[in-house]
Amino acid sequence: MPVGEQVTTLVADEPVVPRGRPAALAGGLVVAFGVLVLVAMASVALGARSVPLSTVLDALTAPNGSSDHTVIRELRVPRTLLGIGVGAALGLAGALMQSLTRNPLADPGLLGINEGAALGVTLALGLFGLSDPAAYVWFAFGGAALASVVVYALGSSGRSGAGPVRLALAGIAVGMVFTAVASAILRMDSQTFDRMRFWLTGSLAGQTSDVLLRLAPFMVIGLVVGLLLARPLNMLALGDDAGKALGVAVTRTRVLTAVSVTLLCGSATAAAGPLWFVGLAVPHAVRAVVGQDQRWVLPYTMLAAPVLLLAADVAGRLIARPGEVQVGIMCAVLGAPIFILMARRRRLAAL
Amino acid sequence: MSLRFGPWSVRLAPRALVVGLVLVLVAFAVAVAAIATGEFTVPIPDVLTALFGHGTPVAELIVGKLRAPRVVTGLLVGAAFGLSGAIFQSLTRNPLGSPDFIGFTAGASTGGILGVIAGGTALQIAGGALAGCVGTAVLVYALAHRGGVQGYRLVLVGIGANALLLSVNSYLLTRANINDAATAGAWLTGSLSGRGWDHAIPVAVALAVLLPVCAFVSRPMRMIEMGDDAAKAMGIRVEAVRATAIAVGVLLCAVATAAAGPVIFVALSAPQLARRLTRSPGVTMAASALMGAVLLTGADLAAQRVLAPTQLPVGVLTAAIGGAYLALLLRKDRH
Repeated sequence: MPVGEQVTTLVADEPVVPRGRPAALAGGLVVAFGVLVLVAMASVALGARSVPLSTVLDALTAPNGSSDHTVIRELRVPRTLLGIGVGAALGLAGALMQSLTRNPLADPGLLGINEGAALGVTLALGLFGLSDPAAYVWFAFGGAALASVVVYALGSSGRSGAGPVRLALAGIAVGMVFTAVASAILRMDSQTFDRMRFWLTGSLAGQTSDVLLRLAPFMVIGLVVGLLLARPLNMLALGDDAGKALGVAVTRTRVLTAVSVTLLCGSATAAAGPLWFVGLAVPHAVRAVVGQDQRWVLPYTMLAAPVLLLAADVAGRLIARPGEVQVGIMCAVLGAPIFILMARRRRLAAL
Repeated sequence: MSLRFGPWSVRLAPRALVVGLVLVLVAFAVAVAAIATGEFTVPIPDVLTALFGHGTPVAELIVGKLRAPRVVTGLLVGAAFGLSGAIFQSLTRNPLGSPDFIGFTAGASTGGILGVIAGGTALQIAGGALAGCVGTAVLVYALAHRGGVQGYRLVLVGIGANALLLSVNSYLLTRANINDAATAGAWLTGSLSGRGWDHAIPVAVALAVLLPVCAFVSRPMRMIEMGDDAAKAMGIRVEAVRATAIAVGVLLCAVATAAAGPVIFVALSAPQLARRLTRSPGVTMAASALMGAVLLTGADLAAQRVLAPTQLPVGVLTAAIGGAYLALLLRKDRH
């Protein structure tokens, strides 16, 4: 086959995008990764007791057992890695939900899914006394799955179908029922209440590297499955019928997306408590930059969401020294105004 | 069916009247039952004589001083929540539109928690709740205002404010010492225990003032449910009616929360249950108020008796009602 002919077939196969755009987007991905690394370094170095960056590097490469090094290795590094995992999980879950439901307001916290997972964890810890994260995460999955099924059924029933507002209201309603049940359980047992009230706010503090290791496999599986769904989700964006005509297994894509969202939200909530808004704002910002192609939206979201979460966590540690403001509160304080601004826009941009 | 008095006429729906009457009777029955039962059982004839002022001294003490204020507070608070819910469901044209979800209850909680942390008296805590609820409502209304307030924008802005306030509340709870946190936690579940006449009277006054306003705006609100343009075409001042309705709904919710704490889900479920019973096309104010009273007193009675002698806070029971209500919505919409 002559060389020239090969080149033309290659060009014909390319989708209609300006040449060089994929390269620029791939470059942007590298930049986003770089930013994430920088924020992660800041998260390790800054806090109630800030440590110079050189000490951080020493602690990672040649630990000498000093108190600074111990703090870094035992507390800050696991916390930062946990933040990266939770941020990536919730961001990707939000992007997947927004794509699947074509609802611009979909967010794991707003739609009650994280509250469902939190109820599962509360049941496991408060009533069954389970303390192994790999055991109670299954309760979180159960709660998250139950919440997503109920919210979607409530939100899409009725005359008007699954409008963004109806879905959001359904999510809040279901989330509040779950929260009420969880707090009723906690009221019976003041010791568990004292231990869990920080976690219930959403916090990265106080989790050991053991918790991280036990939960990481679930997060990784959820992330991989989610990323692999980019192409079928792109086609489903054209509508179910068009998607079918393009050869997408519609039901399978839906189910896999739900499984991925459940894994991501369940493990993230088991690790850090119910967090709001991480999955809402980041996919929106990412779409504004890279466009609608999920093959770019999903990986960008996965890198940008942990940047936001870690930055919120670091800010929460710095503004209330020597104490700290939990990351869940920081997320709500940062996220709620963005949400209100979106709501004030004349027309909700449909997806 | 309608009644005519010269130029005036009132439309009557026989089924709504019957349902209203039945709800009044049920509310009375539940109230009497709640007064009769407890650690010390008062026979029902004694309850009735004591209520009308000719009972034995012991019965009068238990009925008049201890149990009747609690039951009356429950009835009034329930009615206020029911009405408030009816107003917001009509405004948002959504069976899930409720002051619980759009930040008002959360704002009242913020005020209440601040009151607890500041070591305030019961009255100051109630004042904090009132201020928090009204302040939040003003803020949400202002933020949702863009040349008029659309129901859906009110809901969305409210949801954002709700999220913000819930996290502020849990921040306050984590910063408080464990005793304050437990007190505030108990207040947050909502409870009628230990409520006296000084809790009931403000709610009664608020209802007396606001009920006529409700009656006044309920007809134009029906029109607005059909859409702003249709209502305007019929000569209704949409924005004025809507602002009045929001003000009434917020005040009712604020007064009720101040008296009993943020009891959730009564405002959500009462209007729709009433609507089902009266088979009316939209939410009805009177039936919603009565249903709210029945639900709250019934839930309070159950909360006292289900696990007796352990007393559950009434909020746990109403949360269960809310869950059941959501399940009902799901089932109904299947068909």
